[in-house]
This record gives sequence, structure tokens and C-alpha cells, in this order.
Amino acid sequence: MCLGIPMKIVKIEGDRAVVRASGIERKIWINFLKEPRVGEYVIVHAGFAIEKIDPEEARETLKMLDSIK
Amino acid sequence: MKKITLSHGNGGFLMHRLIRDLFVKNLGNRYLNELDDAALIRLGKGRFAYTTDSFVIQPIFFPGGDIGKLAVCGTINDLAVCGARPRYISCAMIVEEGLEYSDLERITLSIKSAARSARVDVVTGDFKVVERGAVDKVFINTTGIGEVFKDIKLSMSYIRPGDKIIINGTIGDHASAVLISREGLKFKAKILSDCTHLDGLVASIICSDIKFMRDPTRGGLATTLNEISAGCGYNIRIDEKDVPIKRDVRALCEILGLDPFYMANEGKLIVVVSPRSAQKILHRMKRHPLGRYSNIIGEVEDDADGRVYLKTAIGGKRILDMLKIEQLPRIC
Amino acid sequence: MKYITEFRNNKIARNILMAISRKADGLDNKINIMEVCGTHTMAISNFGIRQALPPSINLISGPGCPVCVTPKSYIDKAIAFSRMPGVVVATFGDMMRVPGSESSLTREKSMGRDVKVVYSVLDALEEAEKNPDKKIVFLGIGFETTAPTIAASIVLAKRKNIKNFFVYSAHKVVLPAMRALAKDKKINIKGFLCPAHVSAIIGTRPYKEISKKYKIPCVIAGFELLDILQGILMLVEAIRYNRIDVLNQYTRVVKDCGNKKALRLLDMVFEKVSSEWRGIGILPESGLRLKKAFSEFDAEKALQTEVIETTPDVGCSCGDVLKGLKSPFECRLFGKKCTPENPVGACMVSSEGTCAAYYKYRK
Repeated sequence: MCLGIPMKIVKIEGDRAVVRASGIERKIWINFLKEPRVGEYVIVHAGFAIEKIDPEEARETLKMLDSIK
Repeated sequence: MKKITLSHGNGGFLMHRLIRDLFVKNLGNRYLNELDDAALIRLGKGRFAYTTDSFVIQPIFFPGGDIGKLAVCGTINDLAVCGARPRYISCAMIVEEGLEYSDLERITLSIKSAARSARVDVVTGDFKVVERGAVDKVFINTTGIGEVFKDIKLSMSYIRPGDKIIINGTIGDHASAVLISREGLKFKAKILSDCTHLDGLVASIICSDIKFMRDPTRGGLATTLNEISAGCGYNIRIDEKDVPIKRDVRALCEILGLDPFYMANEGKLIVVVSPRSAQKILHRMKRHPLGRYSNIIGEVEDDADGRVYLKTAIGGKRILDMLKIEQLPRIC
Repeated sequence: MKYITEFRNNKIARNILMAISRKADGLDNKINIMEVCGTHTMAISNFGIRQALPPSINLISGPGCPVCVTPKSYIDKAIAFSRMPGVVVATFGDMMRVPGSESSLTREKSMGRDVKVVYSVLDALEEAEKNPDKKIVFLGIGFETTAPTIAASIVLAKRKNIKNFFVYSAHKVVLPAMRALAKDKKINIKGFLCPAHVSAIIGTRPYKEISKKYKIPCVIAGFELLDILQGILMLVEAIRYNRIDVLNQYTRVVKDCGNKKALRLLDMVFEKVSSEWRGIGILPESGLRLKKAFSEFDAEKALQTEVIETTPDVGCSCGDVLKGLKSPFECRLFGKKCTPENPVGACMVSSEGTCAAYYKYRK
């Protein structure tokens, strides 16, 4: 029930934004986001950005994953 | 079964069953029963391949092609994969009242261009117009005749455990291009259909080392592999990491929850060869412009429960059944 | 693909699998871990995770898929809407194949009814704007990830004064189902793998009640290969060392407080009511219904239609299968009357529902 993939905001037009991932683009709604900015990555589900991806947390998670032996 | 549904025509399991239980049962003969892409017939001293296909695609114009190009290439490919050189095709059109003349002209020019490129002649045809709504813009049927290459015999019965499976390039391009161009989903992408004729590629590799060939179209790579597995009786294992797929096609599949293994192709070739000739054939394929991204994607296995397995990147196993129902974008 | 490829690294995956094996070694019995999200079920199947896990870990697919838990009567009514003249039924692709008592939306479409698959509820709203002479009924399915998007579309429809857009809500919330399953001693769940994007909306706090009351560790995990594996590792560790807590593996997206804007919209438009979960039964406060202020958009109130009587599923063991109490092979309809092409129950309808998955692996 929650298929959503990370896409990058490339343009913002009020409540809507153009997002892109690997050459695929779509206009979606960003009304659920707090202060969205161009360049940020968001999770896109059914035409809406439901949350931002925190790059710092992503880095931390990857670091932790890498350390599992 | 009371009514024919769309699933009966999608190239998957239900269609295969209908073909077997209705058409082969009633119309069968030694040619039809083979259910090959083309029938191999003898006329006098010559060996010919003879095939037919109907094209009802929507939309009729898509990135990378149109129904005209598809109608020519589809039939040429059916001949090519049987080890034949395509020579002549027919073209019958059923057009919906109200179709723009410019659209019909555009389609006709595509047919001309594709035929010329493949060096086949459109030698006969038919044209009908039906009431608005009776067909969706235009339906095209083509038949084709080709000359079978000398001493070439291809059959699923030659396939043995250990044989390698080679593909000439990326999967899911055509279906993705068509999806993008359909109004409803509102995605933008530069994906082009891989619609093309494969006779040149086939001619560049045809030799006695090749056991079997097929072009995966509707139903995707998975469906074709299932057909091969069922036909030869052995399991097939595909290594997921070795299957070429374009990054934007992959992204589209992730977004919509679609499986690229079940997405239609119109310019892909599956070649089954013995293990010792695999590298040679792969090398030849890579030298051809339509085979630049060729790769060995799997092999035929010892077991015989008629299954196609996908070995995932972490060594897990996923069964690729034949397509049962049309894939639809999902949220779950 | 950024934030996807890095989280599918095979080398790291193999390391995590080894760590899971090591930690699982110390466990006395086979442990039942339930994942409650259809997307997790799909991902686990696509990555081939089940076969790679040690046999002591039993991953059960819970009722987290809208396809699986939507009652038959809902489909029957959706079909009835589609048969009304001037009505267009717009839906996510997931619902097209779900069998009703006599038909399915796919079948209705093939017989000429106006049924459209959309990627977003806003596409359905746009359809309504473009076709003022038609009534667009959108099938609202999904949990807390999707429901806010439908709420947003309703608010937008009200703002734009659109009169021909309706929502037929089958939205559900996840926690009541988790509660019902956690309570069931027969299922014996030792750990919950919690949904990634539902949690992005509701946060981590709602799971605390389940964890504490039923003494079950909960780990919120993302949908990528490494997320799921790390989530399972965290669960196995928590189970082994008896750490009863709610842990967040998906910190790059899920915050403790969730998404406040989405929650506010949900609260503005929907209220919680009892609802039927196919295979489980009726759970209180588990469904979402449009509040009175938005009842003009409620398809059930605005459109009157006759619906056929829903036929019960005889012999269907979906309920027990969904709870992990029975294996599909123990259902007497499995593989005979109930197959992927002609599914009877929920577990077979979804292509990664437990029965559909087992059907693929049948000998």
C-alpha cells in the first residue's frame, strides 16, 4: 500500500513540483512537505510527495549498514 | 468459459490455453501444431517460412514508431527467428471511419520505410473502412513469406541442459514507451520503443550452432522463456544481474510497480546455443548495431519441472511464471 | 537510481544475511515475524529474501495489502456504480482484478463499462473537471500513506466547487489490524516489521502501545533490500535479547512525529469507523469514512444504486492463511477452485498474496 520511490525536485510551482528520477519526470503535489527546495529528494507515492529524504540520515544508515560484518 | 476477455489476448497463459484448446484442437495439422512463430513449409524444392500477425496497438503513434512500422517488423521478426530471410509481405488494413488522412499517410510511409529497410516487398494488400467505434483507429494484419537459410534447422527439441540463453539488448523498452505516451499516466520520459526488424542481426549470426530463437513480444521476456521451457521440457535459470535494462525503464517500473520481465518488447531476440558456441555467437551479436548490449542471461538446467527461475542478486530464487493477467500500475 | 541503488548493494546484503544467521542461531525455536505491508510482501518476494533467510525465521505476510483486505461487498458496489449510466469509476490498478460475487472491474471494463486506471487520485479529479456531464467515482483504497492524498483531493474539490467528483472509501488504518493479530495467541507473532511509508505519515509513536501491551518488538523498515534485511536483523536481535521496543530503521524518511500536515488533512476529512477486513472480520475504528462536512463527496451518500447480495466465500481459508495459521496447501480450494486466473479469496488475488506466492512454488 505504499509503493513510493525517491525522486528529485527539479522545479517548484506553488503546491506542485516537477520531480525526476533516472530520466522519468512528473508533476506532483508537494503540499505535505515543510519548505521543499529544488534539489531535495522526496518519496513520491500516487502523485504526491509524502516526505523528504534526509541525506544526513541516509549517510548514517549506509555507514551503519557497511559496518555490519 | 463464457466470454472472451482481454486477458485471452495478452500473450500470456490464458491465450496459450485458448490457442491449444480451441484452435489447435480444431484446426491442427503438422504445421500448426508446432505453434512456431512461423510455419515451415515446403513448396516444390524450396523451404519457406510463412507467418501472420495482427496489430491492434493503442496509441497508434508512440515514441520510436507506429502501428505501421510495428506491423512490418513484427512479421519480419517472426520469419527471421525461424531461420528465414524475409522476402514478401502482405498488408491488410481495417480503418475506423473518421481517421485523419494524414494519419493513414503517416502509417503508410512507415510501412514503406520499414519494408525498404528490411528489403522486403509489400506484394499484396487489402483495405476496409468500418463504422466509427468498430475498430480503434486502425487495425493492421500482415502476413510474410521468407526463404529458410540453407541447412538451418531450429527447434526447441534440440535444447539441452547447459545451453546458454543470449539476449540482444535491454528489456521493457517498447511497453515503457507506449505507457508513457498514453495520456492517463502523465509521465515524461525520453524512452523510445525498440521496435525494429531483426533479420539483419539474425543473418549475421545464423549458423548450425544456434538451436532455437524467438523474439519476446507481448507477455515479455518471462512469457517467452516459459514457452521455451515448456517446449524443451527443461527448467531455465536467468541471472537477474545479467539482464540488460535501461535505467529509465527500470525507474518507470519502480514507480508504477511493474515487472520489466513481463513488459512487451518489439526488437529483442532470444538465442539458445550450446555452451561451447555461446561466446562466439555473443561476440558476433555484439558486432551488429542491434546487438551492442547483448548478454548471456542464463542457462537451461537439468531439472524438468518446466519452470523458469530468476536468480536474484542475493542468490534468492524467484519463479517467473507465464503472464496470467495484464500488469497494471499499482500503489501497493 | 539515487537512494535506491546504494540500498541494494549485494555485498552488504550478504553480510547482513550472515549476521542474521548468527543471531538467529541463539534462538530456541522458530520465530514468527509478521510484515504488515503489501509492499514489503512484494519486495521480499522480488528480492528472493525468504529463501536466503535461515529456516528458524518464519516471515508471515500480514493483512497489509488493500487488495487482500477489501471485502467482496465493496467490489460488488463498485461494480454497481460502474453500471450506472454517466458514471466513470476511476481506480488504482490494484483493484481491477479483485473478484466480486459475480464479476470484477476488469471484466466490467471489457464489457464496455467506463472504468479507468489512474496513477493518482488527482487524475480522477481532473477527469471530473474535464467531463462535467459525467460522475467520477474514485475508489479510495489504501492505508495511511494513500488516504491523505485522497483527503487532499477532496479539499481541493471543495475549494474548486467541483460537483461531480465522489470518493467511495475503503480506506483503512493499520494499527487495529496489528492489534488484532498481536492479541491472537495462536499466531504467536514474535516481531512486527512495520510499514515504511505508513510510518512516514503516522510516525513511530503509535506502535509503542502494541509493543508494550503485547510485548512484541516493532521495527519500522524501508522497502529496499538492505532496509528489509537490516530491519529483520534488528528484529532478531530485539527478540533474542528480549528488547521490547519500537525501533526505526528507516530514519532517512520516518520521523517520530510523522508528517503533521498529512495527519491534519486526514483528521479534517476523515473519521474512524468500524470496517470489515476480508479474512479477519470487523475491527472497530479501523476504517475511514468522510466526515459530514464533506459528505457531498461521499459516493455512498450521493449515488443510490442497487447492489447484488454478496455471496460468501465457501471453503475459503483466507482468514487463517492471512494470519499465518494455515498454509495455502491446507485450504481445500487452493489450486482447484481457487487459482491465480480465477481467484476466490483475497490471498490469491494479489500477485504476491500468500496463496499466489505459494501457487508459483507448487510442485
